[in-house]
Amino acid sequence: MAPTSHPRLCNQGGPVPASAGIGLKAMHCDEILSSRPRIGWFEFHAENYMGAGGLPHRQLTAIAAHYPLSMHGVGLSLGGEAPPDKAHLQRLRALAERYRPGLVSEHLAWCGRGGHYFNDLLPTPYTPRTLERLCAHVDLVQTALGRQILIENPAVYLRFEESCLTETEFLEKLTRATGCGLLLDVNNVHVSAVNLGFEPLAYLEAFPVHAVAEIHLAGHLDESSAAGAPLLIDDHGSPVAEPVWQLFAAALRLCGPVPALIERDNNIPPLAELMREAARADQMLAAEARTAPGALRAAS
Amino acid sequence: MSPAPDMLDRFAVALMRPGAAPPQGLCAAKAPDMAARFNVYRNNVFAGLIEALASAYPVTARLVGEEFFTIMAREFIIAHPPASPVLLEFGAELPEFLASFPPAAALPYLPDMARFEAAWLGAFHAADAAPLAAADFAAIAPEQMAALRLDLAPAARALSSPWPLLHIWQAHQGETEPEFIDIERPGGDLLITRPAYEVLISPLPPGGADFAAALVRGEALGRAAEAARCADARFDLTAALAALIRGGACSHLSLTAKP
Repeated sequence: MAPTSHPRLCNQGGPVPASAGIGLKAMHCDEILSSRPRIGWFEFHAENYMGAGGLPHRQLTAIAAHYPLSMHGVGLSLGGEAPPDKAHLQRLRALAERYRPGLVSEHLAWCGRGGHYFNDLLPTPYTPRTLERLCAHVDLVQTALGRQILIENPAVYLRFEESCLTETEFLEKLTRATGCGLLLDVNNVHVSAVNLGFEPLAYLEAFPVHAVAEIHLAGHLDESSAAGAPLLIDDHGSPVAEPVWQLFAAALRLCGPVPALIERDNNIPPLAELMREAARADQMLAAEARTAPGALRAAS
Repeated sequence: MSPAPDMLDRFAVALMRPGAAPPQGLCAAKAPDMAARFNVYRNNVFAGLIEALASAYPVTARLVGEEFFTIMAREFIIAHPPASPVLLEFGAELPEFLASFPPAAALPYLPDMARFEAAWLGAFHAADAAPLAAADFAAIAPEQMAALRLDLAPAARALSSPWPLLHIWQAHQGETEPEFIDIERPGGDLLITRPAYEVLISPLPPGGADFAAALVRGEALGRAAEAARCADARFDLTAALAALIRGGACSHLSLTAKP
């Protein structure tokens, strides 16, 4: 076996450590494989690896041999009325069996309706009825995959009049009923807070932090017009913004150190730029681990 | 009873109708202009799908220019929304859509270019298969040839066009727009396949695409050759077979009970 400067990272997959990870992009794969950057883990989008073969699978197989992986799905439409599509669930299960990701996550959202898909994470009302439905869908997925999944809080632009539970109450009840974990996206918290006019720190304090097993950090776009209300768009197209770093620090104090992802899906920069953001997240995680040694539950 | 199912139905319907009012039942604390908020979702849906289409059909997009492509893609998305959450499968109907899209009529080679790019993407994501080499055919006696059953690799696609697709495609592989494309050049049959991890394109001799299509249908070599000769009298079995083998498109061979 070829020697490597970071043998501790060559663990053939396995648990995702409580350190910074980077969202895997096809354009970075060659560089990752040739330079083996010092990064704790990578997260891949499940739907991008649902082709039958070819270069994407070859690259992911090679990366899985050197780094732990997290699998992030966008297509199960868990918040929809219909249960997750059986064929899609089967594809997800096949990927999980092939790549053995340490974490599997999906969204509190829906993305399809009546056999049509929108390629977007759409909002859902928060009512006892939609909660019951989501719980049934999460149960179904956890049973099919034979493991716990994490559910991510959404970035939202509006509310439903019929909602009678807050998002944090809704997520709390979801984790209690299904045993699922949560993926806390602090950029989504910031974006939703600005768009809907709530206090992000109060949201974090109400968040069921006991269930948080991963954090997402990303950039957003400010589309506020001079005349209208503030409007932020969750576009993952720029570096993590300062208010989001501040929310990350607050989240770490509440959750303890957990795996934290630098997510970038648009205007993708060179890998080195994402590595710099990951280094900042790692410093904050390490500082939190020093001040709260008892909170190391997510590290293996 | 909760109105939730109706709510998401109405949300979905309004989403795919640009300009339509948002469904009743939505609100935002500090945003009186609900339409702008709803439009964020609608814009995300259309922008994401237009981008997916442009990255699946990069040369088709460049041939028509960004403005035309965006308008065309919006109409395409409304007519053919994704039928799967796997975006890799989105846009398969674009070549047929372009063939019956009147504003594209000025570029008669456009539907074939889209067919070519769909084949390229299909080959890129197809299941892996090790290609046969010429030596694998050495043990076949000439009298056995007609009864030979030849499987093409899952990645192998053949297409036939009166337009010089390979010339047009190659002219658009650089960053800058080509100064001149000679659409008077002859078209012909092309093989698109992926013997390893790189998609390879090579010309096929006349009738080659019909021959490959017959093999994919499961015809033995003799019958496939007949079909190809019917379609194009210039068909030459040896030349076509050599091109498929050289291109790395053959994955398995076996002898059938009867030719």
